[in-house]
Amino acid sequence: MSPARTAPMSSEELKWTAVCKLGDILPGTGVCALVEGRHVAVFRIGDSGIHAIDNIDPRSGASVLSRGLVGNLGEHLVVASPLYKNHFDLRTGECLEVPEHSVRAHRARLRDDEVWVALA
Amino acid sequence: MSDTSMKIVLVGHGMVGHKFLEELRQLQIPAADVTVLCEEPRVAYDRVHLSEFFAGKTAEDLSLVAPGFFDDAGFTLRLGSRAAAIDRRARTVTTQDGVTLPYDKLVLATGSYPFVPPVKGSEREHCFVYRTIEDLEAMKAAGAISRKGVVVGGGLLGLECAKALRDLGLETHVVEFAPRLMAVQVDDEGGRILRSKIEALGVQVHTERNTVEITDGRSARHRMVFADGTHLETDMIVFSAGIRPRDELARQNALAVGARGGIAVDDHCRTSDPAILAIGECAAWRDQTFGLVAPGYEMARIAARQLAGDAQAAFGGADMSTKLKLMGVDVASIGDAHGRTPGCRSFRYADECKQIYKKIVVSADGKRLLGAVLVGNADEYGTLLQMALNGLALPADPEFLILPAGDGKARPGLGADALPDSAQICSCNNVSKGQICAAVGDGATTIGALKACTKAGATCGGCVPLVTQVMNAELARLGMTVTRHLCEHFPYSRQELYHLIRVGEIRSFEDLLARHGQGLGCDICKPTAASIFASCWNDFVLKGELASLQDSNDYFLGNIQKDGTYSVVPRMPGGEVTPEGLIAVGQVAKKYGLYTKITGGQRVDLFGARVEQLPAIWEELIAAGFESGHAYGKALRTVKSCVGSTWCRYGVDDSVGLAIELENRYKGLRAPHKIKFGVSGCTRECAEAQGKDIGIIATERGWNLYVCGNGGMKPRHAELIAADLDKAGLVRLIDRFLMFYVRTADRLQRTSTWRDNLEGGLDYLKAVLIDDSLGICSELEQQMQHVVDTYQCEWKTAITDPEVRKRFRTFINDPRADQRIVFVEERGQIRPARAEERPIVENAEVEA
Repeated sequence: MSPARTAPMSSEELKWTAVCKLGDILPGTGVCALVEGRHVAVFRIGDSGIHAIDNIDPRSGASVLSRGLVGNLGEHLVVASPLYKNHFDLRTGECLEVPEHSVRAHRARLRDDEVWVALA
Repeated sequence: MSDTSMKIVLVGHGMVGHKFLEELRQLQIPAADVTVLCEEPRVAYDRVHLSEFFAGKTAEDLSLVAPGFFDDAGFTLRLGSRAAAIDRRARTVTTQDGVTLPYDKLVLATGSYPFVPPVKGSEREHCFVYRTIEDLEAMKAAGAISRKGVVVGGGLLGLECAKALRDLGLETHVVEFAPRLMAVQVDDEGGRILRSKIEALGVQVHTERNTVEITDGRSARHRMVFADGTHLETDMIVFSAGIRPRDELARQNALAVGARGGIAVDDHCRTSDPAILAIGECAAWRDQTFGLVAPGYEMARIAARQLAGDAQAAFGGADMSTKLKLMGVDVASIGDAHGRTPGCRSFRYADECKQIYKKIVVSADGKRLLGAVLVGNADEYGTLLQMALNGLALPADPEFLILPAGDGKARPGLGADALPDSAQICSCNNVSKGQICAAVGDGATTIGALKACTKAGATCGGCVPLVTQVMNAELARLGMTVTRHLCEHFPYSRQELYHLIRVGEIRSFEDLLARHGQGLGCDICKPTAASIFASCWNDFVLKGELASLQDSNDYFLGNIQKDGTYSVVPRMPGGEVTPEGLIAVGQVAKKYGLYTKITGGQRVDLFGARVEQLPAIWEELIAAGFESGHAYGKALRTVKSCVGSTWCRYGVDDSVGLAIELENRYKGLRAPHKIKFGVSGCTRECAEAQGKDIGIIATERGWNLYVCGNGGMKPRHAELIAADLDKAGLVRLIDRFLMFYVRTADRLQRTSTWRDNLEGGLDYLKAVLIDDSLGICSELEQQMQHVVDTYQCEWKTAITDPEVRKRFRTFINDPRADQRIVFVEERGQIRPARAEERPIVENAEVEA
């Protein structure tokens, strides 16, 4: 893997980082990317939906959220932490069971088959 | 204890005595000083299930006393201490070894003794009675050097005893004085069917035989000479001709006794001396003694309440209806089984092909059920008993209560609604319909939960179908539907989903959602579907879309730990490992700096592997001959074994060999939850097989199979489902059992909870898996064979598939390891750093 490339991509002052190809993420799973030194969980929902939240599980401090199972709980698109099964909203980072354990959600987008992430 | 405390002395620690202590403890009488004199060398045990001692149960298994009971309750227990004399004036009891104890209240629970008919020669060696564990041990020893055994007495206990002799492998005979077996409970016709069923099981029955003398035999140890001049030779004899109350303490001390023996008691279990109470088989209430456990328990409850100051608690007699299974034959008797009520009439149904006999006795006006006899099939027992006890109105055509249901027409059911709230549903633990309904209302909505909080169905289990009916009716009445839907995405239980997948030949989650579900799925339904796919089709779990359904453990083929590292557990079938294997495991652990620990399942756990290390670690383990141990899966884990007959001087069979064979057969099987086996080479049970989902114990004649045991959070002893199996029969039955569990259990339901919630319990399991009552056995066997034939080592497949292998990385865009994983050293090995240790370690790293 080449060193992470970073490039400004929008009018907002976001710093976007290309983390991988879409094909590197199995549909319905996540991967962990290192974005500016931060562990970010990047999920692929269906064929092309991309979401990014912090990878560190606040309850355990372990860097594992990308390894959880994704799905939906009602309106929420969620990942379940593989350690204690808390659910995190992929769009907002909210922890549905214990709100004080919520994580940061980041920006993620797809450009020409490439997955980009910007820290929020 | 202060001198003002009430001194209670209990004489006799049998089933009823212990029930009394339990009740006493629950009532928490302040300042009670309780001493228990127990003649036997061990605490109370389950005499009702005594014959299971011959089917592999130990004295400890049969014990009724929870560990720590006496310490916790503060009661004093004197084992091997027989009460020899009472001084009523001084209020003291003196034991046979000379200890004198004062009492304020004395409770006699001395039970009964086996009656031995006055036959010349009955005191010869190898003549026994059947009452205590010591009796059984003596019988066992004699059985080992005997070929042939006779039971004198064809009643309920006599037939139990015949089963015991048959279990010892003896040619077994029953000699009965009356013209039929179980003369008290069944009528002539029922007795005839019972006899032919018992004889079909290889027990020879001799009725109308009056033994007059026992002398030396020619072909065997003894010769029994009968009054009609015939004789029977045998190596051992067991007398089981009834019991007599042990009332000698009462007789010596001028306490009133019943007309036919027994210590006379009033409705409050008080003897003619108000300071002395008597309960259980030794007590005579209105000249009646009771040889069943339920009335004894009732007396125990009443006596305890008496002592707690509740003068209202009164004994009102007992229903002597019984239902039991004798050598696999159902026999039940209710109320006026012999039709002795004036003017009563009966309906009878007999099927000589299937050997079933049923009779009901109804009142002269045809409106009430008075009694019943059921032989060969006692399914209607619960319904009929409730009808008789509660005086419910009979349906217009009462014969349909016992006729086989034809053309799918439902039997006129009792309907739990018909029962009054006071109806006793569980007689062992005296639980009424009202109590069950109240518990349902309080949230106990499963059989398991009801058992735990009310004890209904927790002793003999015979009432569980009725408890289920009452529970369901109450749930319906409360408008509570217990949905067993898996999650919001599938309106089905796991069992229903299993059928949809198998019948619809569904192989992908996408297809399953499209056809039967909605939404995207979640962390509940995805692994459940993946597990069912694996049980049905057994494709590689990380193949294509299947990978996205797997829990982290199955996705990375390791058990995730608190710090995000994984454990590595190579399979060591039966716990057997070569020195080379151990060295290889050690070298891998050393090379990758892993923490090593021996597991309870007889293998080695390696902890602290990061995801990107896993493929390389497994490559080395596989090269050394190891396979995946599936420690990460809801799958077969281990088959624990003792060293068996190969090395052990007590071993009866090769437990290690069998364990290896079984582990290799079922490895990789995905199930609703993890599955553990144990195989012991003899009844000493060093492999703790009875604490496993599947437990196997070697016997002199094959293997005993136990099922649905559990250690862990809620320990449960496994139950014997079949005895003395040969290996082929054993494997066949395990195939059926496991597949039936896989097919019908809920998600994350271990076999023990599955069994506790199974309507019909062990008998139902036996009917399905042994008698093939659902006609599915060959299907279950085929399905298991498919799983066995398509086994693959998941790690071997994973490391040879580049697509799969590349998923084992910490960062998708950086080759480095996760710096947040920090270990410190403890006792010469690594362990995850604790929060307070982390900054220091991290800083130290930075400085380095």
